[in-house]
Amino acid sequence: MKTPFVKCVAAILSKDLRAEIRARELVSVMALFSLLSVLVFSFALELDRGAREEAVSGVLWVTLIFASLLGFNRSMAQEREQGNLDSMLLAPVSRAAIYVGKLLGNFIFTLIVGLVMLPLMTVLYGLDLLDGWVILTMVVGIFGFASIGTLLATMTVQTRAREALLPIAMLPIVLPFLLTAARATKGILSGAPAAEWQGPLGMLGAICVIYLALCLLLYEYVLEE
Amino acid sequence: MNDARPIIEAENLSKVYGSLPVLRSLSFTVWRGEFVALLGANGSGKTTLLRLLSGLSKPTTGAIRIGGWEMPREAMAVRAQIGLVAHQPLLYENLTARENLDFYGKLYGIERDERERRIKELLIAAGLRKRRDSLVRSFSRGMKQRLSIARATLHQPDVLLLDEPYSGLDQAAAERLDGMLAATIAEGRTIIMSTHQLERIPPTAGRALALSRGRISFDDAIGSRNMSEIYRFASA
Repeated sequence: MKTPFVKCVAAILSKDLRAEIRARELVSVMALFSLLSVLVFSFALELDRGAREEAVSGVLWVTLIFASLLGFNRSMAQEREQGNLDSMLLAPVSRAAIYVGKLLGNFIFTLIVGLVMLPLMTVLYGLDLLDGWVILTMVVGIFGFASIGTLLATMTVQTRAREALLPIAMLPIVLPFLLTAARATKGILSGAPAAEWQGPLGMLGAICVIYLALCLLLYEYVLEE
Repeated sequence: MNDARPIIEAENLSKVYGSLPVLRSLSFTVWRGEFVALLGANGSGKTTLLRLLSGLSKPTTGAIRIGGWEMPREAMAVRAQIGLVAHQPLLYENLTARENLDFYGKLYGIERDERERRIKELLIAAGLRKRRDSLVRSFSRGMKQRLSIARATLHQPDVLLLDEPYSGLDQAAAERLDGMLAATIAEGRTIIMSTHQLERIPPTAGRALALSRGRISFDDAIGSRNMSEIYRFASA
């Protein structure tokens, strides 16, 4: 009776990707915001190389989190505006499948923006950010805050003040991601011994798993009126 | 048309938002193949009742059984039997007509060959075959409404719920919608259609159920002799 989980996730993800390729409403806004944000930080922080190394991971993650807020909000607003969330809820699909489908879309869009930022920041900050470990940290970190962002955007999109409410709800909750991801990135970029940054990276992965499990459990309740 | 087997059974259905009662102890039965016109002034509770029947909302008290399945406990089984045409079109503006139907077909677990066949049939029935690869954002209100009905009937539900489907349609679009609803009822499906425009009750509708301030104020077959009575109760 219930449509298979994987088929639902694939349908929602491919629908989101197709709509985004056509409309370019999410990635373009997030990318433009990130570009401007990185430029502003670059001009504001006229730093020497040592200070840049200290600041660059923070700039990267703060920019990514703020850009993702724009994307998550818009992604759920698109579902809400035409009543499409209701139409998905009408179908015999598990709520977890809707969550995972939306999460994967948000993750991919934010990751694209993150991957565009790396060469840009490499040029602007004079540090090589195109490192395999930095990219891995980015993949894990973005997946983590996309997991909580998708859940919170589903909650806040049902309110009138959704643009203001999502950052207020999300920023305190993503602090563990920000701290561990920035620390791991900073360690990798400064050439510190692996033991120094593998701890934060492992912790980032663990937080990611815990948040994902919680979101999967809570999503059905969030969708209740 | 109806075959005397109940498809929807509602018992003492109430819905309260905060401290505001919207529906008060509604009890009624809808039979298979019936076309029920759900009437009432704005704010009488029509949309809330349709949301309860579709499973999008839970009753505060009372019970709903659809096709023998109990809501919301067996909601997953009920969902496959329900199609809803709401105020909003429930369509993705940045997808084409065909892509929209394909997406919903996948959500309802319809296999690929069957999905393609159904989509083709429905696009023809909706008069949208030539616009199948046009983005929905380029459609008129009438075209969106027809596509919305195609979406709601794609999985061949036993019950089709329509919330004010004629609002915003011109005469030609309304007549086309009449035709689509007549075809749906001819297939033996059950329709519950809310409207506050009594002149838009299709000739295929056999029963009127009027709500007034959240209560059933009228529930009887539609006939020429009681139209004035229906008008009176529906506008109360």
